[in-house]
Amino acid sequence: MFEYLHLMKSEAMVLLIIFILLFIKLGKGLPNDTLLSVVQLLLLCTVVVSFGFNDTGRIFNGMFLHNTLVGFQKGILALAVYIISLVCSNWFRQTEHLAEVFVLMLSALLGMFLLISADNLLMFYLSLELSSIPVAALANFDLNRRKSSEAAMKMIMNSALASGIMLFGISLIYGLTGSLDFAQIWGQVKTEPIHMMAFVFFFAAFAFKLSVVPFHLWTADVYEGAPVPVTAFLSAVSKGAVTFAMVNVLAKVFANLSGSWYVLVVGLSVVTMLVGNLFAIRQDNILRFLAFSSIAQVGFILVGVSGQNDQATVATTYFILVYVFSNLAAFGVAAVLLSEAGITRIEQLKGLYTRSPFLAWALSLGLFSLAGVPPAAGFFGKMFLLMAGASKGNYVFIGIATLNMIISLYYYLRVVRLIFTSADKDVASLQVSRPVMFGLGICIAGIIFTGVISWIYDHIQSLV
Amino acid sequence: MNVEPGLFHFLVIGAVLFFIGIYGFLTRRNLITMLMSVELILNSVNINFIAFNKYLWPGTLDGSFFTVFIIAIAAAEAAVAIAIIINLFRSHQSINVEVAEEMKY
Repeated sequence: MFEYLHLMKSEAMVLLIIFILLFIKLGKGLPNDTLLSVVQLLLLCTVVVSFGFNDTGRIFNGMFLHNTLVGFQKGILALAVYIISLVCSNWFRQTEHLAEVFVLMLSALLGMFLLISADNLLMFYLSLELSSIPVAALANFDLNRRKSSEAAMKMIMNSALASGIMLFGISLIYGLTGSLDFAQIWGQVKTEPIHMMAFVFFFAAFAFKLSVVPFHLWTADVYEGAPVPVTAFLSAVSKGAVTFAMVNVLAKVFANLSGSWYVLVVGLSVVTMLVGNLFAIRQDNILRFLAFSSIAQVGFILVGVSGQNDQATVATTYFILVYVFSNLAAFGVAAVLLSEAGITRIEQLKGLYTRSPFLAWALSLGLFSLAGVPPAAGFFGKMFLLMAGASKGNYVFIGIATLNMIISLYYYLRVVRLIFTSADKDVASLQVSRPVMFGLGICIAGIIFTGVISWIYDHIQSLV
Repeated sequence: MNVEPGLFHFLVIGAVLFFIGIYGFLTRRNLITMLMSVELILNSVNINFIAFNKYLWPGTLDGSFFTVFIIAIAAAEAAVAIAIIINLFRSHQSINVEVAEEMKY
């Protein structure tokens, strides 16, 4: 019993929060402000619990695997949700159904925790669904906005199709190997056409969830239409969890096909970076712009994944940590601008520095980090990804990735330039509430210190 | 001609159902019909699992268990999808996918 609680401590904590919220909802209910503070406090506990006291072990007949690296990854995801609950607190305070929003969001988080820990295809499938169905419902939470219901429809249809395709792949894998256990499948996957077909079906679902080009078409629409906290959740937490799961599955289950999936990952990575970057240039909506920038970042993550060694795992984990900070800084500022001033378009960012220097610095630091400009942590994240990819000796590919970094500099810095140019007319200054400031402060500290303190990278390396 | 149905027959049915589902999903414009196509895909997977379990790996029950879970998840997914479709109908007065076209490119 104690072993179960010890290994599933993050999951137990999230479940506890869900039940507390349900009971509060069943009883008298609480005003939004109080409820939000309670949830933030409990989420902070989850972060602490997830990062500390990690141990290695398997439970549920080997279906659930926990080790120090997985514990660290869960900590990153919990931290991301905590930051979202801070930076988007304006939206959370105004929503009518706060308890339901958090119940759905935390159910998805629970699914992602189980997804990272899954060591069996059945467990994997169930947790993937648990992590995607509630998010589709969440995307619909601005009930009176037409765009919100459009976004939710696009998301649920795409994720239903993606999971159907993945299931077909899983059924083939089961037929070929007779087992659902990762360890047992690993020995029996061969480089034969039918195995390759099963793998391609299986991989298509990952590509959908990660919005790898050509499976990215839902991304920008959902990001634009869904409420901002949900968008932030999708782009930071969901992407991080699926990346961890993908690295895990590719290395554990399909190691025998590594020569073949290397080609696939490299091809998809090049296309994803190019399309993400080129489409990001022509966007004028902030959220769509961030959507395409996150697609381009996925291309970079795939560069690291293609390394196929322990360094690839370390580099992707480190990059996701950095990405959570920098992406949530950008989304946090976008959320404040939307709720306080109704700003949605990039041109409206003009003169942001005179309206609120703090928001201006937070957004520019986030964008610098996403672009990979040296003092910010994003630079080190990308450098480690490129180094992991370069270990294969495919320097043409690494060259293309580097060129894409230069393209991305253009559109990130275009936005930064707008922030610091003065506005045409006088505009009112913006007020930033305390929780938002604290959340953005965590992001800024993360962006600056994760890069400078080399202990963090060494720590991740020691976990693998 | 009297043929005993074997693994091959079930797999062909599974594959055909799967691609009918994909075709339906891509060509139909009504959201409910698209949802039905997804159910076809899931059922083709169920047929695959049961056939593999019965003919290739009769000693274990993994395939049958998986099928039960797929049915349960499909129900949950359909419930959420229909709730979303009802909300879409309220705001757009139609459940044709073509009406949801405010966001593009």
